[in-house]
Amino acid sequence: MPKLIRWRGDRAEAVEDPFTSIDDDQVIPQGDVIISLRRFQSEGAFLLGQCRQVGVRLAADETPEALDADLARIAVVALVFPKFRDGRAFSAASILRDRLGYQGEVRAVGDVLLEQAKFMVRCGFDSFEPADGATPGQWTAAAHRFRHVYQRAADGLEPVFVERATGHETPG
Amino acid sequence: MYRYDDIDQAMLTDRAAEFREQCRRRLAGEITEDQFKPIRLMNGLYLQLHAYMLRIAIPYGALNSAKLRKLAWVASTYDRGYGHFTTRTNLQLHWIKLKDAPDILDALAGVGLHAIQTSGNCIRNLTADPHAGATADEADDPRVWAEAIRQWSTFHPEFSFLPRKFKIAVTGATRDRAAIRIYDIGLRLHRAADGELAFEVLAGGGLGRIPFLGPTIRERLPARHLLSYLQAILRVYNRLGRRDNIWKARIKVLVATLGAEEFARQVDEEWEASDKAAVDLPDTELARIRAGFAPVGFETLPPVSAAFETAKLDDRAFARFARHNITAHKQPGYALIDVSLKAIGETPGDCSAEQMEVIANLAERYSLDEARVTYEQNLILPHVKLDDAPAVYRLLADADLATPNIGLISDIIACPGLDYCALANARAIPIAQDIARRFESPELAEKIGELKIKISGCINACGHHHVGHIGILGVDKKGEEFYQLTLGGSGEDDASIGQSLGPALPAERVAPAIDQLVEVYLRERTTGERFIDTYRRAGLAPFKEAVYAEAH
Repeated sequence: MPKLIRWRGDRAEAVEDPFTSIDDDQVIPQGDVIISLRRFQSEGAFLLGQCRQVGVRLAADETPEALDADLARIAVVALVFPKFRDGRAFSAASILRDRLGYQGEVRAVGDVLLEQAKFMVRCGFDSFEPADGATPGQWTAAAHRFRHVYQRAADGLEPVFVERATGHETPG
Repeated sequence: MYRYDDIDQAMLTDRAAEFREQCRRRLAGEITEDQFKPIRLMNGLYLQLHAYMLRIAIPYGALNSAKLRKLAWVASTYDRGYGHFTTRTNLQLHWIKLKDAPDILDALAGVGLHAIQTSGNCIRNLTADPHAGATADEADDPRVWAEAIRQWSTFHPEFSFLPRKFKIAVTGATRDRAAIRIYDIGLRLHRAADGELAFEVLAGGGLGRIPFLGPTIRERLPARHLLSYLQAILRVYNRLGRRDNIWKARIKVLVATLGAEEFARQVDEEWEASDKAAVDLPDTELARIRAGFAPVGFETLPPVSAAFETAKLDDRAFARFARHNITAHKQPGYALIDVSLKAIGETPGDCSAEQMEVIANLAERYSLDEARVTYEQNLILPHVKLDDAPAVYRLLADADLATPNIGLISDIIACPGLDYCALANARAIPIAQDIARRFESPELAEKIGELKIKISGCINACGHHHVGHIGILGVDKKGEEFYQLTLGGSGEDDASIGQSLGPALPAERVAPAIDQLVEVYLRERTTGERFIDTYRRAGLAPFKEAVYAEAH
């Protein structure tokens, strides 16, 4: 099985990926699968009735609100970065976590680069398929480069204005 | 002025360390230039025609003596002894070596300066009214809110890969000195009839290939909800802004396509669905930031200074300087002094390390340790006692910083152009120098009065040509530099986009054409009319006739 980086609390680790990502023209095999939104809308109910986990892949122009009613039964939402510069998935992940309260896996797929690690972790992504071969060690280091954050995000870190109010000190 | 606390400081230190590691990987060959490009761009490091250019952020244009001295030191240690102040109130160093960049960022971090978000498709350095905290026509100090936005937008995880760059300008004054209508978001603080502090929010302004003046999308946003409302705008833009065409990716195109009303409706819908309390700053934090901008050190003085009045009578040159470069302060007995970076024949916005030192000394000794950068590429000493103005003038004049031309024909905005910039089609600096030399006489410049010339070396419009009373745009015609003139633009309260005068002119015809335009104005003007007023009344025809007459 291909390797995947999972975010576990405060660090990244390599895990076997139990899911197979299926294109629209492929026959759906046995086991856990990630399928497109379009396919999910036509075959999702049937697949969820089987004894397997189902994930949905959202293209950059598809919105997580489209999944709202089914979210509780979806194991993975894979958000596509067609190019690293295309940041729509950061908003999609934030909405999944903060507004829709999604608790399952949010996966970054496509042009996923180490330099984005900290932004992705902050927006609530917790699994990654790096396109640049980044290792879990590098991913962890990149996500922890900054000791403070200026704004609230899906990672739940205390922003600086809370730190200031509670008198925390900058760790050395 | 707000001083960075240990947390703000830690952010800069961490960023500098991150960039040092990224540079190490590049210099060691672990990553290619292609892979390095987006990384260095996130740190304001551009590869230009001849060398690397480092763009240093000066948030809301606020400087003090320590920052100015450090900039001077960096410019003389790592560059060629000067820097270039831009229309976004940044400082650009144009001759940087990659290997030095990490050391420069370390040095800057030591005085609370950085290059964070000075490039890339993110929320860029904030600009604000350069008269903030010193002007009587102010509902509230815009720097308080600009600093709040600076912090909120720094490394924002959701908004660091927007469709395109994103620029915000803030003013708290009645008179717009921050050009808020040409920004992606323009913010104007005002106090509503019931006393509530509120923002008028404009969105979708911008220059570039297709210029737009930003429409108002909300007349009255309670000030305390600023950040949650900005989040809503940014989220709508991030999700819906075009990503298929770089020329249509700015928010102005989205707002124009949807229409301002529909855009505002979508922003409101997003805003109402969001958890505002999670985003908006608590009152305690706003109060903490506000305290950083509280006025300190003002003396109680009479409104009129005998020394100032006498100096004006004794010295005609000082009197002229006072007319154009000195503005009334809200504090009796104080004034704002404009430091002109438009000496005749020099590069607009350039400032040598020695000049930075002079300004640092003056700021420290005479201006409560503050200096400001304006989008018109000048500096301001914002809190000078009228009593001290003659002395400040003399010291500025000794350093060639006292050209009495603020708002006049030689106070020209110009981008770096083809002399430095890889995007440019034509040079901007020599055109500015030609024009300034032609109108070198201070008597003539004063007779002409307010006339804003703005020059861009390409359609990206960094020199704001669309909103110049006279705008000049460099274009490339089969390998030759030509210049397209526009008339009637303005970036301020009477904002408007300039109209094309006629076919583009070769470089050597530009300054003579300006002469012809000025002649028409001086002939046609009625009492009290500025150049732009005459143009608006008389129309394009007499100006066009004068410049293109020979061609008939």
